[in-house]
Amino acid sequence: MADSSTARARPVFRNIHVTQIVGYRLPLAGIVSILHRVSGFLMFLLLPFVIWLFDVSLSSEISYERFTSAFVAGLWVFPGWFVKLVALALIWAYLHHLIAGLRHLWMDARHAVSKEFGKSSALFTLVVSVSLTALLGAKLFGAF
Amino acid sequence: MTSQNYGSKRIVVGAHYGLRDWLSQRVTAALMALFTLLLLAQLIFGGPLGYERWAAIFSTQWMKLLTFVVIVSLAYHAWVGMRDIWMDYIKPVGVRLVLQVLTLVWLVGNAGWAVQVLWRL
Repeated sequence: MADSSTARARPVFRNIHVTQIVGYRLPLAGIVSILHRVSGFLMFLLLPFVIWLFDVSLSSEISYERFTSAFVAGLWVFPGWFVKLVALALIWAYLHHLIAGLRHLWMDARHAVSKEFGKSSALFTLVVSVSLTALLGAKLFGAF
Repeated sequence: MTSQNYGSKRIVVGAHYGLRDWLSQRVTAALMALFTLLLLAQLIFGGPLGYERWAAIFSTQWMKLLTFVVIVSLAYHAWVGMRDIWMDYIKPVGVRLVLQVLTLVWLVGNAGWAVQVLWRL
């Protein structure tokens, strides 16, 4: 117990207040977990936009023109680049939510609940979702 | 007297909301993941992508039915998830109830719109 008196007091979090979020260092699995929630909430909010895209892209060739022009000429008060940015946010949200969800299904099915698996699969989730988002984002913004 | 309260002898109490929500969220998630694969497969294989081919994918009756299943799954899945969010962060019961009601209205409304779009194609 010699060290406990000299060691710097570790911060204690019980109910995390909003103001403490920045100082709270989450492990990778924790980051994946909160992003799973954030991405789900984002897609929930953007549901009308997705259905609008579904509608105009499918209804007729004329409406298909409106679908493609939304990403160039813009939509309502939003410029084209902003529509692309929202679409990219949706792409990230979908990829993250899908991969993090498959991680959960894998854990449930295989009883894979070790600390090591939690960390490595969280890293896998983040790397794959962010790389695929970057790749599709480059395509969306016309890099190739 | 010590009673074993784990494994097959565990004393299960409560209304089973938890298990039902857990299961339905996973079943609906698996359905949506499979639909994603199916849609991707149709997008990747089959030549240049334009309106014709995109519309053709959703023109078949079986694809309409699967899309309908996914729309309903999504609404149910999102309801479980959003309810979790409100239960975790919103403590005043009245505010939480209002948000839950708005969530249901939002989800049912969006699902209705999506179904309308789907079946007039």
